Amino acid sequence: MSSTISATPGDVEERSVSQSRIIWRRFLSQKVGLIAAIVLLAVVAFACSAVGLGPIPGWWKYNWYDLSNSVNGGEPTLTLFPFSLGDHPFGQDRIGRDYFAMTMRGIQNSFVAMVLITGIALIVGVTVGAIAGYFRGWVDAVLMRLTDVFIVIPAIVIAAVVGNWAGAVGVWVLGSMLGFFSWMVIARLVRGEFLSLREREFVEAARVAGASDARIIFRHILPNATGVIIVSGSLLAAGAILLEAAISLLGYGIRSPDVSLGLLIGVNQSAFTVRPWLFWWPALFIVTLALSANIFGDALREAFDPRSRRFSRRRTKDRENGIEPGVSAPTTLMDAAAQNPRTGTPTLQDPE
Amino acid sequence: MVGFILRRVGVSILILLAASFVMFNLVALSTDPLEDLRSSNNPNKQQLIEARIQLANLDVAPPLRWAMWIGGAAKCLIPFANACDLGTTFQGAPVTEVLPIAMVSTIQMVTAALLLAILFGISTGILSALRENSGFDVSFTVLSLFLYSLPSFLAAALLKNFIAIGFNDFLQDPVIPIVVAVIVGVVVALIVQAVVGGDTRRRVTSGGTSFVLTTGLLIYMSVTGWFLTPGFGPVGVILLSAGAAVGVTTLIAGIHQRRALLTAGIVAVAGIISYFALQGLFDVSTFATIGILFVVALAVGFAAGFFVGGDDRGQNMRIGVLVAVIISVIILIDRFMQSFPGYMDDMNGRPIATVGSATPGYAPDNMWRVGLDVFFHLLLPTISLLTISFAGYTRYARAGMIEVLSQDYVRTARAKGMPERVVVVRHAFRNVLIPITTLVATDLGGLLGGAIITEFIFAIPGMGALFQRSLGPGDLYPVMGYFIVIAFMAILFNFLADLAYAALDPRVRVR
Repeated sequence: MSSTISATPGDVEERSVSQSRIIWRRFLSQKVGLIAAIVLLAVVAFACSAVGLGPIPGWWKYNWYDLSNSVNGGEPTLTLFPFSLGDHPFGQDRIGRDYFAMTMRGIQNSFVAMVLITGIALIVGVTVGAIAGYFRGWVDAVLMRLTDVFIVIPAIVIAAVVGNWAGAVGVWVLGSMLGFFSWMVIARLVRGEFLSLREREFVEAARVAGASDARIIFRHILPNATGVIIVSGSLLAAGAILLEAAISLLGYGIRSPDVSLGLLIGVNQSAFTVRPWLFWWPALFIVTLALSANIFGDALREAFDPRSRRFSRRRTKDRENGIEPGVSAPTTLMDAAAQNPRTGTPTLQDPE
Repeated sequence: MVGFILRRVGVSILILLAASFVMFNLVALSTDPLEDLRSSNNPNKQQLIEARIQLANLDVAPPLRWAMWIGGAAKCLIPFANACDLGTTFQGAPVTEVLPIAMVSTIQMVTAALLLAILFGISTGILSALRENSGFDVSFTVLSLFLYSLPSFLAAALLKNFIAIGFNDFLQDPVIPIVVAVIVGVVVALIVQAVVGGDTRRRVTSGGTSFVLTTGLLIYMSVTGWFLTPGFGPVGVILLSAGAAVGVTTLIAGIHQRRALLTAGIVAVAGIISYFALQGLFDVSTFATIGILFVVALAVGFAAGFFVGGDDRGQNMRIGVLVAVIISVIILIDRFMQSFPGYMDDMNGRPIATVGSATPGYAPDNMWRVGLDVFFHLLLPTISLLTISFAGYTRYARAGMIEVLSQDYVRTARAKGMPERVVVVRHAFRNVLIPITTLVATDLGGLLGGAIITEFIFAIPGMGALFQRSLGPGDLYPVMGYFIVIAFMAILFNFLADLAYAALDPRVRVR
């Protein structure tokens, strides 16, 4: 992925705009990505406000650990026509806990895990990649062999081991620990980016002007590598949701009485025929979260990739006909996936 | 080149050592191997604890224990000495005995899924790219993005609860309602017309034909009770073989190539004759017989291509072998289907299993039923693994094909008047395969790692299950045995991928 975003002929005629503005505009032109981002944030905000965050209480009357009397045999009381929530809209689990509160808590935990894993992986990965790529030589060799050591161990294996250790303590510790073992792909990508950027003229100019290494890294190279970092981070986030769910499903992640979407599905998949709602609600939300994170990441990648325009024939045609490009951008989500797999696109897949 | 390989081997060994050290200490620190014994009410609890400490050397600090373990593991490198020592499980079984059993289970489960995913994923991706931005492309793009986001445990649980139970119920009374047959026909017709493309008339013809064929076939199958006594029958085998011959010729050489068509025709006729001739032998055959017959089939395909010869002998031989493989598979599937009624009876009419990798204690003397037993146990895990990797391959193949199609050499090929088939198959497809080869190599390397979650949900006793089962109680040596196998495979296949890349793409040099 090239670092600079080349302006297309359509953009040149306009007043000059900054790079970030072009990217932002391209992202907005992709309705799908925008909708996905809104859905993701809305679901998380709804969940967090319902069960409360930390010491702040939520608006929902039940919490995810107290037992209450069985209403309606534990079946969901939610009805759409006429719309009414009832006492337990998502039903109750086997021992009478409110399933709406449990599902919302699960979403909240998934989100916390996702943010922690992605955030820590980004910090560690960017640091390692930047140092290795900028200083090269033996520093690079040592750091990259270190990366190789961790990359050999499959994500889910190391997550299971780490989760076994940290899971019982809660989502904050679990997420942080998993983050410390998820930085390898980002480090490789950032290193590659730094290796090519450090040879560019503007870096040379800064060095001649007497800038320190730290200044060159932070003020000159890092801003130009944002594209790679943001895109790989967003795709890592989608994978992080599934990773946490898988770990909790296997019993190494978040444990009862706290809940996670993966744990709920794991515990209830055998009760599918008797109490199907215990399976469907977490399943619905985990797919929603993962799908919107994936679509969002794809849209970001498209917005950051200057090459993605070249392949869109309809857009080329529009431009020839004098229609402003980018307004009716077709939703080709995957054009930008044309990256060479050897450069290591981040794994946004299930940890399987 | 030799220097490159030696350097890579040296670095790989160091990485393997370091990674195993990290893993060993992580597992040792994160688990409590005595937890289950400490909380037990057994009167000789103290003795049991002592015994386990002895067995697993728990009184030695983890880094030292790692050194002892790696010393035993290093003996595996001595060929034919049989001195391999990877420690023992808590039950006292040597890890070197537990690992191969788990590996076989895993390979059985994962191989078919990977092969089918590669086959379907690449073809769908390429079709999508050829019909870029069409309805077909957009639908499959959305579908693969959805499959990409579907957690494997969710897919597995859904398959278990819908496909398994649903299909087993369906077999109690295998009648397809007309409405369902029509809906399936419409869906197939929509897909076919989108793939064929072209003007309205062509779309309507192709869509209409496939609708009539699909719906008619489904109604026919329903009326004749095909699902209880499946099989292609002689007519089906003849039609399918002819179709394979024509299809392969069209794809590889173009239907106008007389000699190519002749080769394919000879192989197809030989296949059809052997279908009728071999039915008696099949009834008493074993897996070895089938293997020999398969080799014979390959030889026939090869010979047919060689003797027809002509300007492009190599191509004809390729066609011959490919047709032979496809027809052998058709005949095999037909024979397996013939054994289905018997297997149904053995399973009390509910063939699709949801747990395990074989029916416990089921050992018929008939290889076809054994095969069916494995097939029905691995069907759902395979589908569930397939959905995930299918999405990945589709995405890569589509993106790669779009990129390649915009290259200058493709434009040149078109400009000099090459038929579209040659442009796509010879010029574009081969170049798409280069990056995909490395992807396949990486996936093959990860193959033995198994699919921890899929194995967990379907209770398959494979590598992932071995890891998962041992990690909980802190049984360190099987976990490390699992780890050393997958780490070795990952490093090996990564290396092979680099070599393959250099071999396929002359622009890449290994240093």
